[in-house]
Amino acid sequence: MTDTEPQKDKQKIKAAKRMREIMTAYYMDAMTARENNKKIAWITSGGPVEPLIAMDIIPVYPENHGAMIGASKMGEDLCVKAEEMGYSSDLCSYARADISCAQINGGPIGGLPKPDMLICCNNICGTVLKWYEVQARHFKVPLFILDTPVCHTEYSPEIATYVRRQIDDYIVFLETATGRKLDPDQMVQVGHLALKGQKLWQKVLTTTTHKPSPMSAFDAFFFLALIVTLRGTQTAVDFYEELILEMEERVQAGISSVPHEKYRLLWDNLPVWYQLKWLSKKFSDHNACLVADTYTSAWCSSIKYIDENNFLDSMAEAYTRIYLNNGVDKMADQVLDMIRLYDVDGFVMHSNRSCKPYSFGQMDIMNIVREKTGIPVLMLEADMVDPRSFSLSQADTRIDAFMEIIKQKG
Amino acid sequence: MQEITPFHTAINDLAGLAAGIHKNSGKIIGYMCSYAPEELIYAAGFHPMRLFSSKSDISLAENHLQAYCCSLVRGVLEDSLAGRLGYLNGMVFPHTCDSIQRLSDIWRLNTNHGFFADVIMPAKLNTPSARAYMKDVLKKFQTDLETAIGHSIAPEDLKASICLFNRIRKHLARIYELKSKFPSIIREKDLFAIVKGAMVMDRKELADRLENIVQRLEQKDPSPSSAKRIILSGSICDMPDIYSLIEAAGGMVVADDLCTGNRWFEGQMDEGIDPLEALTARYADRAICPAKHSGNTLRGENLVRLAKDHKADGVIFAFLKFCDPHAFDFPYMKDFLDKAAIKSLHLELDDQQQGQGQLSTRLETFIHMI
Repeated sequence: MTDTEPQKDKQKIKAAKRMREIMTAYYMDAMTARENNKKIAWITSGGPVEPLIAMDIIPVYPENHGAMIGASKMGEDLCVKAEEMGYSSDLCSYARADISCAQINGGPIGGLPKPDMLICCNNICGTVLKWYEVQARHFKVPLFILDTPVCHTEYSPEIATYVRRQIDDYIVFLETATGRKLDPDQMVQVGHLALKGQKLWQKVLTTTTHKPSPMSAFDAFFFLALIVTLRGTQTAVDFYEELILEMEERVQAGISSVPHEKYRLLWDNLPVWYQLKWLSKKFSDHNACLVADTYTSAWCSSIKYIDENNFLDSMAEAYTRIYLNNGVDKMADQVLDMIRLYDVDGFVMHSNRSCKPYSFGQMDIMNIVREKTGIPVLMLEADMVDPRSFSLSQADTRIDAFMEIIKQKG
Repeated sequence: MQEITPFHTAINDLAGLAAGIHKNSGKIIGYMCSYAPEELIYAAGFHPMRLFSSKSDISLAENHLQAYCCSLVRGVLEDSLAGRLGYLNGMVFPHTCDSIQRLSDIWRLNTNHGFFADVIMPAKLNTPSARAYMKDVLKKFQTDLETAIGHSIAPEDLKASICLFNRIRKHLARIYELKSKFPSIIREKDLFAIVKGAMVMDRKELADRLENIVQRLEQKDPSPSSAKRIILSGSICDMPDIYSLIEAAGGMVVADDLCTGNRWFEGQMDEGIDPLEALTARYADRAICPAKHSGNTLRGENLVRLAKDHKADGVIFAFLKFCDPHAFDFPYMKDFLDKAAIKSLHLELDDQQQGQGQLSTRLETFIHMI
C-alpha cells in the first residue's frame, strides 16, 4: 500500500526536528568543551550521570555514538578496523566501533571529543568494564567503576551497602578530577529533574497503549537519546513535555504510527540500527506496529526505587535494579507485564550477537511467554551495529511466516 | 611416574570418582570458576568439584543458549540437562562473566541439583569498599551453606580447611617451580592431569598424593632440556592435546596464567587471622581473571613479569572462543609482550573443536620460529 505524500507528512512526528536540534547543540557543546573550560566524562548508557550534570561536567556516551555509527551504516567498516587491531569479531560491536573510532577519529561525527575521565557502571554488562579499560589505557585518563552486583534473585543488604559506599567514592572521584566540590543544592535540583525526565519518558512510552498507537518502538529508539544523554536537565524535561503533547494530539486526531494498525507487537533487545527503516516498513506492510520494547523502557524501569528527597542514597538501588541487572525470571515478569499493558499480539526478540547478558536467557523468556500468554514469538538473529551478522532475506521470510501465524490467530 | 596414575584415573572417569565420593557419604558441590570459595564449601562438609564440559554434542542446551555462547557454558548446561551430572548435590556460581551470570539464572530455572547459591563477588577488587563487600559476600555464602547443613561451621573446621587448601596450593606451586627449573622433570600431559585432578579429587587424599609427587620429583636428577620454554595464558584450558602437542613440537610449559592453573592455586592464606579476612585477602589479591578489575594494566604487567621470571621463549594465548573478557585483554597483552620482545601465538579454543591437525601445525610453526 502506498500512502500519499500529505498523509506521510501528517504521520511524521514534528518533535523529531527539535530533537535533532537539541542533539546537535549537545554534541557542539561537547566538541567545544575545552575552549569553554569544561571537563568531559565518557559514561556508560546505564551510568549515574546526575552527579556529572550537577558538577557541570559534560557527559558523552560511547553507546549513543555506537548507535549513530550503526544507523549511519558505518558499523562494518569500523568493526573490521578493530578486528585488524586484534579485537575478536565476536566482541560487542559498539565496543569494536568505538575502540577503532577513538584511534582514527572516524565515524559520522569524526570521533567523540576526548575524555578527561571515564565513568563505567557495569549494571548493563561486563563488556563495558573491559571496553572502558581499553579506553583508559588509550586516553590515559582516570577510570571510575560503579560496580553494581547483579540481582539474580534479590537486592541484598550487602549489595545495598556496597553500592551506596561507591556513590561516595564516585563523588570524591569527581571532586578530585575537577578540583571542585559538589554543590548539594545543585545535586538536589538535578535529582528532581532526572526523576521528572524519567517519569515523562515513561509517559511518552505509555502513550502507545492507545489503539492505534501514536508512535512505535522505532520512534522510541530515536527519542530515547535525550533521556540517556541529557537526563537531569531542564532541556530533557521540556522536550518530553512537548513530545507528550504532540502524542496526545495525535491520539485525538486519530493519527497512528502504522497507517492501518491491526497487530501490535513487543520488541526485545537493542535495535538493529542499520535496518531500522527496512524493519519498520516490513512490519508496517503487515499492518503491524511495534508498540513497545524492553530496551527504551529500561530508562524508566527503576523509577520506583528513586526517592526524590534523598536522591544520592536512593540512586544506589535505582542504578543496581535496572532491567538487565536482574535474573532472567524477573526479566520475564517485566515482559509479561508489558504484554498485558500494551495488549500485544506477538513478541519479536532480537538475538543480538553483541549483547550476551541481554540475549542469553532470551530462550527461557520466550518459553515463559509462550506458556503464560500463548502469543507467537519470533527470534531474529542479528547484531545491533555489525551488518555481517544479519541476513535480510532470512529475516524477511521469517517475519512473513511469523505474521502469518499472528494473522491466523487474530 | 606411577604417583600420577591416580590423577589420570580421576579425570578420565569423573562419574566414577563422584560415585566413590558418594560411597563415603560425601556430598558434591559443583563450580565452574576459580573464585569459588572451596575452603568454605569443604569446611561445610561438602566436596567441591570443578565442572568441565564432557564435550558431548550440544542439543538440549540449544533451547537455552545461542551458538555464540562459549562451549564451556553450553557444554556444562548440556551435561546437566542430559543427566550426566546426576552426582551433583549442589552448585555454586561466583559472579564472573556475562555468560556465567546468565547460566546461573538458566541453571536455577531449569535444573535440580539440590543446593544452589550465587556468590555475587565484586567485579572490581582494588578498593576498600569492594574488599568489604567481598567479605560480606563470603559471610553470606557461609550462612547459605550453614542453612543447608542445618548447623554452623565450626571455626576450627574452617581453619583446618584453609590449612588443607594451603597445603594443596603449596605443593602445586612447588611442582610448577620444579617444572620451570627442570622442564623435562614431568611430562606435559602429566602436569595437565595433576592440575585438573586437583580440582576434582578428594582433597585430603590429594594433599597427600601431591606431597608424594613433590618428594619424588625432588629426588629426581633430571636431564637438561633444550626444549623451548612456553607460558600458557588464558581461560580454562581443558585440552590435554595442547599440552601433548606443545611437547611433540619441541616445547615445554614452564608456567601459566590460566584459570585452571596458576590463577587458581597461587598464593597462601594467612592462617593466623580471622578466616573470612584471610579468604577475602586471598581472593582479592590473587592474580586476577580478566572479568575482574584491578587497575588497567595489571594483567599485562604480570604476564611480562611471568615470562621474564621463567625465561620464556614464547607465550601461547589459549582461551575459549566467545570469551569476551579474554578477547578484550588479548590485544594489549600481546602488545606488552611485543614491546618486551617476547613472541606470542593466539589459539582460540572450542570444546567442540574437531581435528587437531591445524592446531598441531600452528604450534609446530610457532615453536620452531621462537
